[in-house]
Amino acid sequence: MSTFKSHKRSNPSISTASLPDIVFMLLFFFMTVTTISNKTMLVENELPMASSVNQLDKKDRVIEIYVGAPKDDLAKRLGTEPRIQLNDKIAQVGDVGPYVLEELSKKPEAIRNLVTISLKIDKDVKVGVVSDIKEQLQKVNALKVNYTTYQGGDPLP
Amino acid sequence: MPRRKGAPEVNAGSMADIAFLLLIFFLVTTTIETDAGLDRMLPPIEPPDTDVIIKQKNIFTVNINKNGQLLVEDNLMNLKDLRKAAMGFLENNADGTCTYCKGKKEQSSSDNPTKAIISLKNDRETKYSTYITVQNELVGAYNDLRNRESQRLYGRDFTKMEAEYLNPETPSSVRDDLKDKVKRIQDMFPQKLSEAETSTN
Repeated sequence: MSTFKSHKRSNPSISTASLPDIVFMLLFFFMTVTTISNKTMLVENELPMASSVNQLDKKDRVIEIYVGAPKDDLAKRLGTEPRIQLNDKIAQVGDVGPYVLEELSKKPEAIRNLVTISLKIDKDVKVGVVSDIKEQLQKVNALKVNYTTYQGGDPLP
Repeated sequence: MPRRKGAPEVNAGSMADIAFLLLIFFLVTTTIETDAGLDRMLPPIEPPDTDVIIKQKNIFTVNINKNGQLLVEDNLMNLKDLRKAAMGFLENNADGTCTYCKGKKEQSSSDNPTKAIISLKNDRETKYSTYITVQNELVGAYNDLRNRESQRLYGRDFTKMEAEYLNPETPSSVRDDLKDKVKRIQDMFPQKLSEAETSTN
């Protein structure tokens, strides 16, 4: 009985010595998994949902084109009509072709014909702009496109 | 003053707090990149030299108007019925040459899957999300059929095999094996999805 009593009296504390290790492990996991995108988004970019998707190729084989309405702080200057963002700049439809060619020329020759154009288009954009971009891409013979979407279960409304 | 035994211990109690702070910082600032989507090949700009004559019954027309309504083969259709209709069209098998099809063999619909073409037309004012949903359903129709045949022949889904085949980390011996299988299924239901120019009105 005496052992029982003494056990009750001394308040056993859980050792938290390994807590930092656990947290550091989590930290390193997140540091390695996530990529910090150094792009500043100038346009809204809420992608649509789709379920029958293919995984995109490696990052160095992808050229990205963003389309969407300008963000709130730019809306005063640019209006609310959808704009195209190439790299960190707002561009016109006619700039898409030269941009893709420029980006292509930066890639090593071996992977040039494997490059995919990733179209990251906001879900509220009208298709007209998209078909204009596709026309531009056809002109420069960049035919492999990917309509980038969020991967979702059932997108049906 | 007499020197104490050993070095004084550093209090590591706040280590966890610091690590948590860093962790939360990374959680907040990073965005997980979206790296999936619908792959599509655009048609080359120069038209092919020879005019190919395609029978009207081999074309499955899907029209989207600016309000997001669907006109499929001249009938108004709900989005949720589209996948089924597309699948029915693709494996209709009117000329009876497709041995693995389970279609209805209606004479007014497609001859066989290799001839069947889905033509997608949309208005300039159509919302992009609607457009993607329709594309998703059509690609889904192909995938469903391919998965069915793949399950029958190899006991696994086509989409999984394709993903493994395209994954560069898969060993090349496995990839060579998968290549033939993927090719075979793709040839059974070749994806012929044509996107015509958008109409302005």
